[in-house]
Amino acid sequence: MGALDLARWQFAITTVYHFLFVPLTLGTVWLVAGFQLAWARTGKVKYLKLTKFYGKLFLINFAMGVVTGIVQEFQFGMNWSNYSRFVGDVFGAPLAMEALLAFFLESTFLGMWIFGWDRLPKKIHTASIVLAAAGTTFSAYFILAANAFMQHPVGYELSQTTGRAVMTDIGAVLFQNTAYIAFLHTISASFVVSGAGVAAVAAYHLAKGHQPDVYRAAIKAGAWVTLVGALVVSISGDSDMKIMVQQQPMKVAAAEALYETASPAPFSVLSIGDISGQQATDIIEVPGLLSFLATGSFDGTVEGINNLQASLEQQYGPGNYSPYVPVEYWGFRLMIGLGLIAALWALWALWRFRGDRQPKAGGFFGFTAKWITLLPLLGISAGWIFTEMGRQPWIVYGLQKTADGVSPTNGALEVWITMVGFTLLYAALAVVEVFLLLKYAKAGAPEEVHEDPYGDAKSGSDKQLYFAY
Amino acid sequence: MDLQTIWFALVAVLWIGYFVLDGFDLGAGALLPVIGKTEAEKRVVINTLGPLWDGNEVWLLTAGGATFAAFPLWYATMFSGYYLALFLVLVALIIRGVSFEYRGKRDSAKWRRNFDILIVVGSFLPALLFGVAFGNITGGSKIAPLEGLNPADAGSINYVGNFFDLLNPFALVMGLMTLTVFMTHGAIFIALKTDGEIRERARKVATKIGIVAAVFAVASLLWAQTVSGRVAITLPLVLVGAVVWLAALGMNLKGREGWAFTLSSVTIGLAVAALFIGMYPNVMPSSIDAAYNLTVSNASSQSYTLTIMTIVALVMTPIVLIYQGWTYWVFRKRLSAAVIPAVKVNAEGVTTY
Repeated sequence: MGALDLARWQFAITTVYHFLFVPLTLGTVWLVAGFQLAWARTGKVKYLKLTKFYGKLFLINFAMGVVTGIVQEFQFGMNWSNYSRFVGDVFGAPLAMEALLAFFLESTFLGMWIFGWDRLPKKIHTASIVLAAAGTTFSAYFILAANAFMQHPVGYELSQTTGRAVMTDIGAVLFQNTAYIAFLHTISASFVVSGAGVAAVAAYHLAKGHQPDVYRAAIKAGAWVTLVGALVVSISGDSDMKIMVQQQPMKVAAAEALYETASPAPFSVLSIGDISGQQATDIIEVPGLLSFLATGSFDGTVEGINNLQASLEQQYGPGNYSPYVPVEYWGFRLMIGLGLIAALWALWALWRFRGDRQPKAGGFFGFTAKWITLLPLLGISAGWIFTEMGRQPWIVYGLQKTADGVSPTNGALEVWITMVGFTLLYAALAVVEVFLLLKYAKAGAPEEVHEDPYGDAKSGSDKQLYFAY
Repeated sequence: MDLQTIWFALVAVLWIGYFVLDGFDLGAGALLPVIGKTEAEKRVVINTLGPLWDGNEVWLLTAGGATFAAFPLWYATMFSGYYLALFLVLVALIIRGVSFEYRGKRDSAKWRRNFDILIVVGSFLPALLFGVAFGNITGGSKIAPLEGLNPADAGSINYVGNFFDLLNPFALVMGLMTLTVFMTHGAIFIALKTDGEIRERARKVATKIGIVAAVFAVASLLWAQTVSGRVAITLPLVLVGAVVWLAALGMNLKGREGWAFTLSSVTIGLAVAALFIGMYPNVMPSSIDAAYNLTVSNASSQSYTLTIMTIVALVMTPIVLIYQGWTYWVFRKRLSAAVIPAVKVNAEGVTTY
């Protein structure tokens, strides 16, 4: 493999890995904030227990998100220096804003929240977790706006002298529909994952008969968050599809392995045959559905890969403008399918625990609970792999090809060193983090909690800390 | 002042913020087993840094992001050029960050000892390598236009040296300076935030390493005057910095740690300011040919982007300083081994402290 392919693999490995922790962070932090707010409002101790319990799981996960995120801030420069030169004038702005508006907020107030139980008044301590949650959410917005520029560049012009992109409209960059739809889609999908995670851990403890009143609240909260999240995912996903067919029709065609333009276009449910060739075979399809999803009309025209290839060659010169179809086709289906399973599972959980029912949480339901969190997590990964690989061969759609964005001076050996280094380090960290997450998830919520730790530190300097690492 | 100069100054301010803040927690992390002799004392050090280190590290991310937004060609050339060195810094920061969080999550001496080693290595390496990096930035590195590209366009300029070119004598002395200065700064911070035996020990460590740091700092910063474009400004800054550093060590000796920490912070600020002012208007001078220098003019974004970012920075930086400063106020109380609660382990083997 040459430096280009290695750099692509490295970006894929580090980013997919980083994004295993991010969705869990984005949703769980709000669930923890919700539990603490519920405790602050109602004074019910079960909510304090849930705050502490899920807060700890959240922090174990959050630490990984933070440290793997540092790599993200710098690897555009390391492996993609020509990309950074080309778009820095535009792309750097949301990244710098993310640091200034989001990272400081999230890290500072999370520190306050973790260590501040006995140093802060109750209201300010509760506000800290809310502000930290807001920080993580702002962070998602800015980075998705930056990504949206790669998917659909707007608010720029190409410099007459250097040929590089120059920003002309920050409002367009930050608030184009590609950005806010991607934000809604990603945030809601993160809530699906986090809700499932919270509900699944609660189901495990309900099956063991631990503190049923505490975990009932958690399984219901988690399942509702997953269900509502899934609703927003599907609405925003539908909008995204209609935007995508305008902005990146090739991605839509590849998602469907639709080789020839069709009106009406059928929606392919499953392909049994070979989809990597010039023709798809043996497809189970729903007539007209793709037309409806892409255009809003059952007999709308959806362009196929072959036609798009011809017109893109005319527009941009010779080259292959089709992404790798099997990844697109299956990535799209995994994303939708796995998300759907999570939503159905949440519905099932809500049904079982409806009202004051105390069903057995073991058996088949208990078995599914052990694995359910992984499904939407893989689904969200599949969705991002779909959308990033679907943009290929472009790094910035229509402006710069991925092959032209790579750092020109780093040889294969250097990229091998960093890729193997990061991969081995990340693998080792994964073992530690999964070990800790399982250990703390199984240990469960505390049986006894100190109900009012606030202000303890003021009462005497020799007093022991309420909380310490 | 033009926008490019303002942004050059802002990037310098972000690095000063980073070195003053993460400087002390890198230094204290590197000295963890030296200052913390017992398990309780190690936990005093870690809990002193615990609420603060992540917010401090954001200054680095902000410096990186700001450099990307304001000087994309600087960002691109520096990080692709200092590739393996930056890789080592990132690995170090990763293992250090998880170690703070995971060290106490299992009640096992071996587990804690392993994470102690990672905290030391993960703090020591960046403390050293940031100095090496700044030695290369300010002293000049092998950057030149690539063949086949338009040499009149600064976008053609890339790092053409290798990893070992970065380890030149000037850069290494700079690295030893940041390492020892951060260790001293970190020991002073621990002395400021603790009480009892550990406070005394931290002060002694600060004095010892502080003297070594003075030697490296004077050597490297005087050496830096040979590449400074403004000796009339930068030499006085360095000399004042040296006096302030000695005053910091003196205050530390007298047990006035608040003053000592303020003064060591001022020294760091003066040193970084001297390095940036000495290099201006270059952001990355070339050691091959001055015609290949990346400067505030040829490496910067256009005025529209700089204007937007100036507004964002002017609004947000004071807000950040206020709430981050407030964190330091909230966690102002000195810790001692006596106030650290004992490790509690529940039936599942989970630590509950």
